Amino acid sequence: MRTRARHGIVRVLSQHAFLIIICLAALYPLWFIASTALRSNAAYQLDPTGFPSHPTLGSLRNMLFHEPLPRWMWNSFLVTISSVAVSTFFALLAAYAAVFGRFRGHSIFVSTSVALMVVPPVTLLVPMFVFMVDSGLVNHLQSVIIFYTGLLVPFAIFFMSGFFRTIPGELIEAASSEGAGPFTVFRRIVLPLSGAASFTLIVVQAIWVWNELLIALVFLQNEGSRTLMAGLTQFQGRFVTNEPLVLAGALLSILPVVALYLSGQRFFVRGLTAGIGK
Amino acid sequence: MAFAFGFPLVQVVRDSFYAGNFSAPIYVGLANYRGVLSDPAFHQSILDNMKLLLTVPIMLGLGLAIALVLNDRIRGGRHYQSVVFLPYVLPATAIGIAFSFLLQERGVLNTSLRRLGLGGLAQDWLGNSHLAIVSVGGVVVWQQLGFAVVVFTAALLALPPETAEAARIDGAGWWQLQLRVLVPQIRPIIELLAVIQVITVISWVFNYVYVLTAGGPGFSSSVMELYIWRSFSNGSDGTAASVAVMLLGMASVLIGLSLWVRRQTAAQ
Repeated sequence: MRTRARHGIVRVLSQHAFLIIICLAALYPLWFIASTALRSNAAYQLDPTGFPSHPTLGSLRNMLFHEPLPRWMWNSFLVTISSVAVSTFFALLAAYAAVFGRFRGHSIFVSTSVALMVVPPVTLLVPMFVFMVDSGLVNHLQSVIIFYTGLLVPFAIFFMSGFFRTIPGELIEAASSEGAGPFTVFRRIVLPLSGAASFTLIVVQAIWVWNELLIALVFLQNEGSRTLMAGLTQFQGRFVTNEPLVLAGALLSILPVVALYLSGQRFFVRGLTAGIGK
Repeated sequence: MAFAFGFPLVQVVRDSFYAGNFSAPIYVGLANYRGVLSDPAFHQSILDNMKLLLTVPIMLGLGLAIALVLNDRIRGGRHYQSVVFLPYVLPATAIGIAFSFLLQERGVLNTSLRRLGLGGLAQDWLGNSHLAIVSVGGVVVWQQLGFAVVVFTAALLALPPETAEAARIDGAGWWQLQLRVLVPQIRPIIELLAVIQVITVISWVFNYVYVLTAGGPGFSSSVMELYIWRSFSNGSDGTAASVAVMLLGMASVLIGLSLWVRRQTAAQ
């Protein structure tokens, strides 16, 4: 009995040690970004591993007041909000029609969405770029908003129709038998029930758009129209010998995501793993 | 959807048979494909994607180990899980830039190694043509690991507790319980995640490569996405399109596989 208990303690301790090592590895690069952003470039060049013993806000201030970062951040906000709003709205209606309307081919519609979810965007890049050039949208935020919306919709439909299937059909039937039209049912019954699911969907899509690089890099090529991620890669090339400054930009790009994560963790986990759910 | 996918999917196939600028396309048949297939830089790109495939078993194995430990009703498990998941939601671009500094010749990793007297292990992680793609793989694992952990933890939680209980009463040890009882039960999820991660490393690693190595040194850490991007930036739209079509072909096979695995999972 005694050895069994000691075995248990050793096991629990080694499990904690294992998890702590993993967590330190997960957190160290974040600490590196945050601490380096607060150090002067001279101190960093002397010793990249050092602790920010004389923290300075110089790099952050530089980023916020002397570099185009605020503009790029604003662009990213605009792009994220518009494409997520359009795709969520569209997906709510489409999934509602597919699940409760049962139009012909509704199951093919949903499984097509599942397949399109994993089409690599890079394969669509060239034709979309040509299209944007033809329609004069290159270097305008609309170009990426349109493309992102299109790319988001399949996942959004898949996610929302998965959720709608959990709403008991009797609820809808009861309402329609009392004479409520499909739009009234949608507005009065389905929408109020979908609050948490919609929020999850919005969070996941927002993260995706905020973090996207390749399309933004190709479609938005002038200084004023860049998104934040595309802008960051510019800094990386421009300030090769000023790591703290570049990392100050990286820190500012991460902060909104971390804030969102800390405020709604369970939504993240649920939403990001939805593609793989039962 | 028809616009965002249908139109470009048809167009990209058509483009792949043309050369020259998109404003004055010339029909060249299969010449783009022939050109790409005989380009050593393209071979290197495919090879690098294949090397990145090695990250999948590492990620799944490590993720499974962490999930099994977390599943042991360990104290503070939820906190561990949220820390491990955090990297997955962060922008790969910002993370990649940070790693490009950490891994520099005079970066944090090498400085620390030298200080520990392990200077012999210090490497030019991103500038060495053999190591660059390995470093990229390391960053991919670092960021994607949390996803595997969360997926596996959820799958383990959904298992009926009776089987594990029965095994314990029958005297199964810890390792036996994990490997013989728990892991086989979540096998379908492991397979599905494996397919998804394969799709990810074949077609969704542009961010990492672009900010870590930009495909270099030379073409040594180029991947197919980067090859497409480079041909496209050089104005060879036809070349870019033909590689895109090949990538799409590979992805389609994998997508078919993922739908099939999904159906198997649903059937159980």
